[in-house]
Amino acid sequence: MTGSALTRYLAGRVAQAVGVLWAAFTVTFVVLYLLPSDPVALQLGAAGIETDKLTPEQLAQVEAQYGLDQPVLAQYWHYLTGALHGDFGTSFAQGLPVSQLIGERVGTTLTLSLVAGALSLVAGTTLAWLAAYVRWRPLRLFLSRLPSVGASFPQFFIALLLIQLLSFSLAWLPATGDRGWQTLVMPALTIALLTGSMLAQVLMRSFDDTLQQPYITTARATGLSRAAVQLTHAFRNAALPAMTILGVLVAQTVTSAIVVETVFTRDGVGRLAQQAVLAQDVPVVLGVVTLAAAVFVAVNLVVDLLYPLLDPRIVHTPKVSRS
Amino acid sequence: MSDLVTVEGLEIGYARRRRIVPAVRGVDLTIAPGETVALVGESGSGKTTIGTALLGLLPAAARITAGTLTVDGVDVTRASERALRALRGAVVGLVPQDPMVGLNPTMRIGAQVAGPVRLRGVRGPQVDVEVVEFLEQAGVDDPVLRARQYPHQLSGGLRQRVLIAIALAGRPRLIVADEPTSALDVTVQRRILDHLEGLVRGSGTSLLIITHDLAVAADRSDRVVVLAGGRVVERGTPRDILVSPAQDYTRRLIAAAPGLAHGGRIVPRHAAAPASGEPVLQLVGAGRRYALPRGHGSGTLTALEDLSLELRPGRTHALVGESGSGKTTALRLALGLERPDTGRVLLDGTDVTGLGWRQTRPLRRQVQLVHQNPFASLDPRFTVGQSVTEPLVSFGIGDRRSRTARARELLEQVALPASYLDRLPAELSGGQRQRVAIARALAPAPRTVLLDEPVSALDVSVQKQILALLVQLQEQLGLSYLFVSHDLAVVAQIAHTVSVLRRGRLVEEGPVATVFGAPREDYTRELIAAIPGRRAESRV
Amino acid sequence: MTLSLTREDTALALEPPDDEPGGRRAALAARLRTLARRPGFLLASLFLLFVLVSAFVPQLFSGYDPYATAPKDRLLPPSLTHPFGTDDIGRDLWSRMLTGSGLTIRATLVALLIAVVVGLVLGVVSGFFMGLTDSVIMRFADVLLAVPGLLLALAIVTALGFGTIPVAVAVGVGIVPGFARTTRAEVLRVRTLPYVEAARTGGASWLRILVRHVLPNSWGPVAVLAVLDTGVAIIAIASLSFLGFGAAPPAAEWGSLIAGGRNFMITAPWVSLLPGLFVAATVLALNHVSKTLQEPAR
Repeated sequence: MTGSALTRYLAGRVAQAVGVLWAAFTVTFVVLYLLPSDPVALQLGAAGIETDKLTPEQLAQVEAQYGLDQPVLAQYWHYLTGALHGDFGTSFAQGLPVSQLIGERVGTTLTLSLVAGALSLVAGTTLAWLAAYVRWRPLRLFLSRLPSVGASFPQFFIALLLIQLLSFSLAWLPATGDRGWQTLVMPALTIALLTGSMLAQVLMRSFDDTLQQPYITTARATGLSRAAVQLTHAFRNAALPAMTILGVLVAQTVTSAIVVETVFTRDGVGRLAQQAVLAQDVPVVLGVVTLAAAVFVAVNLVVDLLYPLLDPRIVHTPKVSRS
Repeated sequence: MSDLVTVEGLEIGYARRRRIVPAVRGVDLTIAPGETVALVGESGSGKTTIGTALLGLLPAAARITAGTLTVDGVDVTRASERALRALRGAVVGLVPQDPMVGLNPTMRIGAQVAGPVRLRGVRGPQVDVEVVEFLEQAGVDDPVLRARQYPHQLSGGLRQRVLIAIALAGRPRLIVADEPTSALDVTVQRRILDHLEGLVRGSGTSLLIITHDLAVAADRSDRVVVLAGGRVVERGTPRDILVSPAQDYTRRLIAAAPGLAHGGRIVPRHAAAPASGEPVLQLVGAGRRYALPRGHGSGTLTALEDLSLELRPGRTHALVGESGSGKTTALRLALGLERPDTGRVLLDGTDVTGLGWRQTRPLRRQVQLVHQNPFASLDPRFTVGQSVTEPLVSFGIGDRRSRTARARELLEQVALPASYLDRLPAELSGGQRQRVAIARALAPAPRTVLLDEPVSALDVSVQKQILALLVQLQEQLGLSYLFVSHDLAVVAQIAHTVSVLRRGRLVEEGPVATVFGAPREDYTRELIAAIPGRRAESRV
Repeated sequence: MTLSLTREDTALALEPPDDEPGGRRAALAARLRTLARRPGFLLASLFLLFVLVSAFVPQLFSGYDPYATAPKDRLLPPSLTHPFGTDDIGRDLWSRMLTGSGLTIRATLVALLIAVVVGLVLGVVSGFFMGLTDSVIMRFADVLLAVPGLLLALAIVTALGFGTIPVAVAVGVGIVPGFARTTRAEVLRVRTLPYVEAARTGGASWLRILVRHVLPNSWGPVAVLAVLDTGVAIIAIASLSFLGFGAAPPAAEWGSLIAGGRNFMITAPWVSLLPGLFVAATVLALNHVSKTLQEPAR
């Protein structure tokens, strides 16, 4: 591929990512502002104002105060331009800027996500590797069934089970809170069980397919050991398709944070989302959803940009010359 | 000198549903140093199983139930994985079947050849030197550049040469070549086999060629071993096998192999005769271009350029060429599945080029298609009866009762029992499926049938039966065939006239007897020379 | 394990009545026979059947009123009379669990219905007509996929208010894009197969090709995904209910039951854990069934 073609590829991907993010923001806005039968009452309710007890004059005054008297399109424009500058409006329930609320909590969630991500990467890859390497059928079957079991347990159940076991029965770890590494263990385990299982499932299928490819036979026929073939020839080819679900895994980590932070009472973005929904605090919900979509789109963009570096077939155009 | 490979009473089976289905039954085989042996058999004969057993790479479901298999003094049936690893590459090298999938797509060519070099203990800059050497030996041009490239940047022929280089890189004493060229075009096939043979001869390396093609086997080997149903049917020198085959099976195989039946010469079935009747199908200056995906350089690929042909009633016209020659494109234009960018398509003298599907539908009934791959051309959920009567339903011909009667009649025409009406494709063999596909094409009583490589997916003996059926149907029903094939020997057996295509252009056309008997163009001569079986003839 | 039959099996297919496709029936019978021989699959199917039946007629399996309180029987551990024990105001947990099945399973079915109907239509239209329609539908699916499922559900729940139906709708909408994509991929795969082209040259109209060839042959993977998505939907619905967005208190849902037991974890862990285990078992059974159904396709 020539330099200009590569530039075009990159520019195209970035533009596509921006487009998707804008559309995701718009869809969320439509859901939050056009779906409710009475959006004004919904939003004022979050601020503790009961609209049916107000006189029309008072109502109009409050509406003006929160900018709810504007046409929806104007509100949309206001939010969109605001969002471009990192301003997601003001929380109705807490009276604070949404960006500040998110900013204060994003560190906690990020730490949790990174630890959980690392855990699931190590565990998922190891499990898939073993399941592909082990030849004794019963053990192989057992290992290959583990991820689908791991993905079947609801996370709130795993979280409660861990609390019961590690906090109440064994008293090894604190049940709740977000101070210190001890409070990080159980939430990270809970998330990693699911994301690790998802990763392992994809990797296992990928390994299965790859190890049946004829080039594996070619490599083994040269005298390489099974482990060496799996490492040098199979791993890269098997990991490539798994890369495409990286975005899904990150998205899963973010949504898991909602349940997990709620159960373990960690003050992160996930718990903020849960409280915002409970209070029907529309600007906060919009902010959190947009943030999550941005993370998802960004991860996918990075995967898209890295993919050509790892798969030579994408960068080099097929130029078949006849022998 | 003792033999490099000794196989005695070898029995191998595959475990399926708690039973062991035998694949190899009591095979004896020896390969002496420097000898070239060919294992010949149709699919299911167990030839590939023996090849993989030699490397100790049998699939997990395979079980060696009896016999010994000794390679260089090591009994492979009992050897540890460690001992087997010492054999692989260093004693036995493998050249696998399909070059398109035989190389790791994400690894540079050089690294893949370097693997076995390193296993021999070579280190440092010497590795690169040897990689280039082996690529050169395998006949790869510009090896320094190729070593830096990835497999997808190479043509099929070059990839096959890289696979040979990988096999050579372990400096083996025996090379197992499993159908080494059957996925390649004939002319490339020939060059690669010549090269492989040249490498082995005189170097003291043994070669085991595994092939379905008796002609290839006879051309290249010192000894031929014919397998059928997991047993050795016959063995001997190519001369013995070809001139005085002892077994019926071998005789049938020779008779069915187009290149061998007449001692490596092509003998057309039909003599050159003047055409009669108005053409049922015409292409006039037809051309087709495809837009290439963006970023692939020049915008379009010319698949077909200015092709004209005429198909006369009751005749067979063949389109011959290697892959990328445009023969399939021509067929799709004739069928109306695609529209030509230039030129015209005429059915029964009517210009259908610009007409929509709906307008030409009555005419379409006259033209039907038989696909290349009988395993994909039948809906797996349709019974034979449903498949065969589908065109009748679609064209609204007859009622339920008459359709069933017609289906029985059609099955009889293609020599299948009426009881097959209720069967599913999964219950049929490849040859039977192709018969069903032919019956379906005949259902709306077309005058013209387009045949897209109709026998290339079938074993030789089945090929012969299907070709005979096609000829018989043509005589009975007065059909016209447009026959697309890469196999000149097959074409000679069925066609009256032929067009030779290359890279979308017409090279030569005329009656088969003329074109194959006295080719005017070099390319046609090259194609004819590449047909296996000719050398065996001269060696006899 | 493919649909290929052994000789003995085909013998059965030879004498069906004239007008019936015997080969297909025999193939189906053989398929059912092999499935029936797998104990894990049977067990999972039976459990799912039990969950389904108990969701609609819970009184079949429990003699207690799920809303009757009995203060002196509070927080009893599991026993023969109360298989799952009792909660903090003495209600029988087993019967509350089964009543909870009613709401949760109904919500799941609603979510699935939305996902299957909308996803299937979008996928088939997109895959079959291609071109502009396809691009528009798929770009829209991309956008919906960019908002992580549960978060989109949260937004919808915020807008629609709390309760079983909003939760079901929210979860159903979240599943649609994935479903549409799989359907489209299958339709695209099948429509380029030689037998579709053969039907086309055999004069079949596009509608006939769609109904007779493309739909029946794309159905397999889509059905497997539907089973798998049922598990996903159950977890999502239970999670939303656990977070407090489901039906209001006296009514029982799986998620809210488990959430309600959190306050008594130290003294009575079963109040949360047993219903949780029940949910997990249901999802596990669904995953196992879908995995078993998937095998022949490989």
